[in-house]
Amino acid sequence: MTAPDVPEHLRKTARGEPVTFLEAVSEALFEEMTRDDSIFLLGEDIGVYGGAFKVTRDFLAHFGADRVIDTPIAEGGFTGAAAGAAHMGLRPIVEMQFMDFISPAYDVITNYIATSRYRGAGPVPLVIRGPVGGGNRGGPFHSQNVEMAFFHTPGLKIVYPSTPYDAKGLLKAAVRDDDPVIFEEHKGLYRAPGLREVLPDEDYVIPLGEARTVREGSDVSIVTYGSMVHRSVEAAEALEQEDGVSVEILDLRTLLPLDDDAIVAAVKKTGRILIVHEDTRTGGIAGEISMRVNERAFEWLDAPILRVTAIDAPVPYSGSLEDYFLPQTEDIVTAVRYLAAY
Amino acid sequence: MTRDAHGLGRAELHQIYRALVLTRTAEERLETLQKQGHVTGGLYRSLGQEAGAVGAAFALRRRTDGTGDFLAPTIRAAGALFLFGAEPVDFFRQYMARDTGPTRGREANVHWFDFDRCFLGPVSPLGTMLGVMAGVTLSFRMRGEERVGLVFYGDGASSTGAWHEGLSLAAVQRCPLVLVVEHNQYAFSTPTACNTRVESFTEKAPGYGIEAESVDGTDVLAVFDAVRRAAARARAGGGTQMVELRYFRRRGHAQHDPQDYVDPALIAAWEKKDPLDRFRARMLEHEWATPDELRALDEEVFRQCRSAAETAVAEPLPDGPDALLDVYRDGHAPLPWTRAPDPAAALAGQVGP
Repeated sequence: MTAPDVPEHLRKTARGEPVTFLEAVSEALFEEMTRDDSIFLLGEDIGVYGGAFKVTRDFLAHFGADRVIDTPIAEGGFTGAAAGAAHMGLRPIVEMQFMDFISPAYDVITNYIATSRYRGAGPVPLVIRGPVGGGNRGGPFHSQNVEMAFFHTPGLKIVYPSTPYDAKGLLKAAVRDDDPVIFEEHKGLYRAPGLREVLPDEDYVIPLGEARTVREGSDVSIVTYGSMVHRSVEAAEALEQEDGVSVEILDLRTLLPLDDDAIVAAVKKTGRILIVHEDTRTGGIAGEISMRVNERAFEWLDAPILRVTAIDAPVPYSGSLEDYFLPQTEDIVTAVRYLAAY
Repeated sequence: MTRDAHGLGRAELHQIYRALVLTRTAEERLETLQKQGHVTGGLYRSLGQEAGAVGAAFALRRRTDGTGDFLAPTIRAAGALFLFGAEPVDFFRQYMARDTGPTRGREANVHWFDFDRCFLGPVSPLGTMLGVMAGVTLSFRMRGEERVGLVFYGDGASSTGAWHEGLSLAAVQRCPLVLVVEHNQYAFSTPTACNTRVESFTEKAPGYGIEAESVDGTDVLAVFDAVRRAAARARAGGGTQMVELRYFRRRGHAQHDPQDYVDPALIAAWEKKDPLDRFRARMLEHEWATPDELRALDEEVFRQCRSAAETAVAEPLPDGPDALLDVYRDGHAPLPWTRAPDPAAALAGQVGP
């Protein structure tokens, strides 16, 4: 049976048109499923409806019901099924409708999936992906970042891209990886017009575990990821204009494993480091990064390691509360000024 | 052969008997090894439940080339693993955490994978295995393979959310999966009545739209029949099935559990329904075997277990630094800097892990 043609909305890169972050994710999934028929999707409302954010729009018609499976609302059950199918040589991709809903699958991810290779199961190639992050007035259950619920679990990898180009290349790398990967997509980036970019019209992957220098600078280094990359760039541009402060920005891209060498290099370059994450403060990744800098680059520091994060609270609904909850560009500016003057 | 033999030939009946004896003998040998200090972790007996695992596994297609039916055992289903080709020496190696064992000391007891013999290593929260086995059997259905999966679990796991979620998915996807609930009346010290209001776990099946039957779990041929029927339905496209095994856990949850929450008279009553005694009597009654043949099998199994245990005892534990390996495909966990040849250099990142 010949599959129908590639849907028009997934041909933008082929036509040389810019794509959004969301379209980059869709293209990555579509191209990987076309390349490898052992890949299939599991998730809620991903078939007929095309996913809550329409990431898999028209996939069902193209790939059929065995490769685009609408599941019961049972995140633990279908994530477990992904593991079982991966054992049998398939390469499942699980969509969490919102990553906030990953919690019922915490057991199977941490106890079963993450330990499988260590317990002798061999590869468990699967990706768990979905939208994260705040700023959309989604309230406590449609806005969370989940990386730190899994960062502490050896055996997992965690990816959190900030641009369409990275999202596509990193998602392809995650799908081809033989280890289980949690892939976070910030919903505020999904359709952000300013992020649209023309992607290469050939297959490319971005290796997991490699950070990217977004911006060169000499006074203060910001280590960040996801939506905060863009807020950090805003801050850096303001600081350069208003203060003449030169800010280096490192986009981690992969959180597990962390690119220690890139972090240490950024510290050594400026001697001042600010860690910025949208996730909440206590137990956030800034703590771990700070510890690693302490271990490997203590003598290079000219100032304390600082962080800018969300406040330690559930994600509030009201815009006035959520804006206060989230790290803002002005917070980053304030922190960089403090470091630069230290 | 009489028609009571359930369509089984003499050699097959001997195989079933042998698997029952092997389960009992291997576990008794483990008790000795534990007393001698060789088994450092928990020891979980299946006393009184051996016929469940053996009868169920015997009803499946057992292959050693990765094409057979697929099994997720519980700690009390060692007999099923043996029938699927697991070597007793590996069973001992696992309990004794030997480097030579299938998980090289990372995991214990029956928790190991063998994709050729077609079983996987469960995790301790057993309800989780429903979802995993839903995925294993989903792959059979998607590829048009005439294979089924079988997942064992107990009274306690039946109460977990993971069990419900896994079964919900398996049922709607019509996965060729047979659920075998080991209704042994206790989840650790918790009696079934504290886990569910239903009398039989089969009462849960209609809520998922699946077929179920309940069977005397001490009668190995009754179990065999029930699971064979369920597997046939699943193989024919009938979707997910459930079989309840009714029996009694005649020992504590593990050897460290004195089981003092159970009336000794109840245990004594169930001793009279010992699955091995029952099947031995039936073998003799129907003349499926002579007393000499059974005795020879008993002795052969005893020698096998003794020899396997001696082999495993003599083998080494894994090297400590092996704990760093196999967390990911590439690389390994960072070496603790305090254990590096030059700790200070390692701390500074000048010596790679």
